[in-house]
Amino acid sequence: MNLKKALSAFGWRRPGMANAALLGLPALWFAGLYLAAIGALLITSFWTVDDLSGNLIPGFSLTNFQQLLATPVYTRIALRTVGIAAAVTITDVILAWPVAYAMIRLADQRLRAVMMAAVMVPLWSSYLARVYAWRVILAHNGLLNWALMEIGLPRAHIGYSNWAMWIVFSYLWLPFMILPVAASVERIPPSLLEASSDLGARGFATFRRVMLPMALPGMVAGAIFTFSLTLGDYVTPMLVGGRGSDFIGNVVYSNVGVTNNIPFAAAYAVLPLGVMAVFLLIARKLGAFDAL
Amino acid sequence: MRSETLIWAAVAAIFAFLFIPIVVIVLYAFSAAPIPAWPITGFALHWFGDTWNDDAVRQALVLSLEVASVATIAAMLLGTLAAMAVARMQSAAKEVVSFIAVLPIALPGILTGMALAAYFAFWGVNLSYWTIVAGHATFCVVIVYNNVVARLRRMPRSLTEASADLGADAFRTFRLIQLPMMASAIGAGALLAFALSFDEVIVTTFTAGAQNTLPLWIFGAIRLGQQLPEVNVVVFAIILFTAIPVLLAQKLIGDSGKVVR
Repeated sequence: MNLKKALSAFGWRRPGMANAALLGLPALWFAGLYLAAIGALLITSFWTVDDLSGNLIPGFSLTNFQQLLATPVYTRIALRTVGIAAAVTITDVILAWPVAYAMIRLADQRLRAVMMAAVMVPLWSSYLARVYAWRVILAHNGLLNWALMEIGLPRAHIGYSNWAMWIVFSYLWLPFMILPVAASVERIPPSLLEASSDLGARGFATFRRVMLPMALPGMVAGAIFTFSLTLGDYVTPMLVGGRGSDFIGNVVYSNVGVTNNIPFAAAYAVLPLGVMAVFLLIARKLGAFDAL
Repeated sequence: MRSETLIWAAVAAIFAFLFIPIVVIVLYAFSAAPIPAWPITGFALHWFGDTWNDDAVRQALVLSLEVASVATIAAMLLGTLAAMAVARMQSAAKEVVSFIAVLPIALPGILTGMALAAYFAFWGVNLSYWTIVAGHATFCVVIVYNNVVARLRRMPRSLTEASADLGADAFRTFRLIQLPMMASAIGAGALLAFALSFDEVIVTTFTAGAQNTLPLWIFGAIRLGQQLPEVNVVVFAIILFTAIPVLLAQKLIGDSGKVVR
């Protein structure tokens, strides 16, 4: 009892020590496992693998990076990954706005709660289930082609293509965009929108010149997820992408699982790390972290 | 008025886009055909029994439940501690900690998975049940942390100060004031963390050795095109069972947290 009192008093006089005591365990976990793992990734990316024995050779060699830069297919895969991630992000921003706007500005309390739940359920419901659903829908004899034939259109050959990946990724991460956009729309004081219309701005002008800039942090916060989740995926490309739709993740995956070349995989994984580092720095500047 | 109608039409279309795949996959669970094709020609229930009796599915289910439980407990502890520390900290240090805390979900999954694989290889650690748990706990912490931090931001500091003024030490204040106020946020975070862990596949592939979690089993089966009717059933069950904790968590987040006594 006295010990508790003494500790409390000490923590009160020295708040820094109390913070350290609270933060100790989580900090140990993050530094010892997560950050150290990212460090290990960077270090092993300079290692090599002995061709004959398959053993790791520690050291400092740029072989992996040279190989990545010298092989055109790896450049193409990197561009495809980043390109689709960007396309998905833009698509999700466009799709998120009507939902966020209706949810915050048009719906009453009750409808808003229902809409919120309707966004949360797909967000948390099984990732694999949803990818698999699309694989089945877009397949040659799936729902999409059946619907097209019913209305007299020719079959679409979207299944197992980059188009399929674009649709499925946009689908998967849409809730991650809707939530922060809606949160930042909610934070815009209605008086500002009234002021804008008092000054003669029509609905769309108010949207473009008041709401859009004020909701930017929300959009960037959503983009962190849509971009990063797409960048780091290999399951969706394997399940709904076709031949020649490999992502960075697929190369990493096969180098760890199949050829067991961890250093090479690590070197390729440094690329999404760099891309996201730049992205996160920009996001911080734009105030997206308060909107997360 | 007309633009409002247009917006609602767009919203209806977007929600249809969000839910049609979920409805489709639910329907396939009851399809009699061994291969999923549309339209569904006949319905059957026997795939449910077949799936339940499949040992591989059962073992994967048990492993997934075990991993998710342990990872969630670790995440509750670490996430709550980190959130309490951040709530007390000054702005500069606060920013650094909150930045690092969100990294596991802000960085691409392949990176987390690959980094952990490299790390375990670096130390010569064999992949096992515990390496799966370690990976899951790392990103589950963020979920609990986010929920608790949001709750603490809305919680007036004056309450803990009042408690101290009335003679309670830090531990008593924690037990009587802070914990009850955070409890529903911790609970919501834990439910979501459990759902996330139970469903994770990207990182798990890199941290699992020979064991199969349920998502790994599903992934393997879809890729090889084997046991698709069982996949339909498993996926249906997962959608059903994750919807419950998620909706419950939503309720808990909305609940502002009561102070007892």
